[in-house]
Amino acid sequence: MPDTFFYALEVSLNGLMAGVMYSLVALGFVLIFKASGIFNYAQGVLALFAALTLVGLQNGQVPFAHLINAVFGTSIHGFGWQLPGIIAILLTALVMVGLAILIERYILKHLVNQEPIILFMATIGLAYFLEGLGDVMWGADIKKLDVGLPQGISDAIESTTYEWFGYGFFIDRLDMVAAVVAALLVASLTLFSQYTKYGRALRAVADDHQAALSVGISLRFIWVLVWSIAGFVALVAGIMWGSKSGVQFSLSLIALKALPVLMLGGFTSIPGAIVGGLIIGMGEKLFEFFIGPLVGGATENWFAYVLALLFLVFRPQGLFGEKIIERV
Amino acid sequence: MNLQDTPQDNPMTAEGYTTPDGRKIGGVLMEMRNITLRFGGVKAITDISFDIREGEIRAIIGPNGAGKSSMLNVISGFYVPQEGEVWFRGRKRPPMKPYQVARQGIARTFQNIALFEGMSVLDNIMTGRLTLMKSGILQQAMWWGRAEREETEHREKVEKIIDFLEIQHIRKTPVGRLPYGLKKRVELARALAAEPRLLLLDEPMAGMNVEEKEDMSRFILDVNDEFGTTIALIEHDMGVVMDLSDRVVVMDYGKKIGDGTPDEVRNNQAVIDAYLGVAHD
Repeated sequence: MPDTFFYALEVSLNGLMAGVMYSLVALGFVLIFKASGIFNYAQGVLALFAALTLVGLQNGQVPFAHLINAVFGTSIHGFGWQLPGIIAILLTALVMVGLAILIERYILKHLVNQEPIILFMATIGLAYFLEGLGDVMWGADIKKLDVGLPQGISDAIESTTYEWFGYGFFIDRLDMVAAVVAALLVASLTLFSQYTKYGRALRAVADDHQAALSVGISLRFIWVLVWSIAGFVALVAGIMWGSKSGVQFSLSLIALKALPVLMLGGFTSIPGAIVGGLIIGMGEKLFEFFIGPLVGGATENWFAYVLALLFLVFRPQGLFGEKIIERV
Repeated sequence: MNLQDTPQDNPMTAEGYTTPDGRKIGGVLMEMRNITLRFGGVKAITDISFDIREGEIRAIIGPNGAGKSSMLNVISGFYVPQEGEVWFRGRKRPPMKPYQVARQGIARTFQNIALFEGMSVLDNIMTGRLTLMKSGILQQAMWWGRAEREETEHREKVEKIIDFLEIQHIRKTPVGRLPYGLKKRVELARALAAEPRLLLLDEPMAGMNVEEKEDMSRFILDVNDEFGTTIALIEHDMGVVMDLSDRVVVMDYGKKIGDGTPDEVRNNQAVIDAYLGVAHD
């Protein structure tokens, strides 16, 4: 019997780890939504684009190689270098900042004071554009991402737990790294927003545009800043998901799993994104474990959405979100 | 400052003047020249000129809908006038965004209060100092050297303002929970935190009871006295304005109908008519 207990424990631990991955994507959504009230449909594609760029830069791929070869009849493929992971990550972060500047310059600037639904539509457009751009730039094949993160089951944990409990826990080392990275990311984002002038400006803009302008905050600069941070978070999510399951188109679909996370945690709360991700991750694994066999399995496909639906009915602002009261 | 920019019909000398209570008022800090502002076909402001002098408390008064707030919005860059020029510190100001105006040293409050409701009083006032903080984004992100020192320095300045406006007891309270009168005071504190050359107050006493009005009047006078801040304020309560201000601009239906010391304005027939409601033909 204890084996079942330990197994259930292992399942929930693994669920928590998977939940961290959801949280990473949800975090990007929350950042942009909080600062600008935009629901950024492109957040998932942003993660895919970041991962593609990272792999491309690391392996010395020439951007647009297929296009160039097709037009000019050349046959170039790579610069022939292999960059260390950390350098490639830094370069990709710069690319994401550049992307944020372009997004502000060519999309957001022209949509100031538009309805949220218009901005939402714009991000849908952006999502498809980036998806195509990623394909054309780096090719559509599935790529392996290895920036030197530990992979596979941790033997140390397995043997130690076997000694202690007589049951060896299978914990993926990459999942553990992801958990640590997510914790660091949230901690630094919180510190940044609470104790720096830009963090304060960010919160100010999120609170009241007019007041923010009157104390000398440039809204355009803040948009670039917040999209850069969201791009950086997308990069982190892209690295984690890419290392786990390869860089491929389906990466952009993890954004769909972030939706129920947001419904649970609330669209405006950073801790909410984390807790929501953990609950969904653990919930779907445990549900599959206990209830799955009774209903024929594959509950992971819908469990998160049903949970989100329940939240929509009973607590629409989520666990941590701000209660939205419309005054009439 | 270029003295030729001072209009010839200005009754005051270019160097400034001394108020009845002995305060020295300096040269022209800001000058509005022939400002006209239209919204579509509607004229909110028609051909208005006036100046604001260094160290002065300048009031803009007028009945509801006279265009006072529009004028303040022109000064602070929220509206761009179709005609006319804005001169600040001896230079003609190009069309600017509100945040650029703020960075030039013009701080303001709003008639309906625009505070960051979710942030604490302290954080709200700290945002007032954003334009004065010099460390760059990387230093801030990494909390390197200057960023930390700077934060401490600015905190000290903000604490002084908090003491000055007697709001120590609510430092950590989220602004959203404060009563109206205190919110007004926090907004004033945030504007003061920017150490502005020119402080614009949009109906600082609107919706206040007598006691709160007296407090606010005292703070405005103290700010002007202690920091030498130039203040331009809008108010439609005549009594308060006359006691506070050195010079008064009176507006009605978007036009200037009077300009001068409170006594001059009080005895101006056009002003009396506007306030008593003589029919416009």
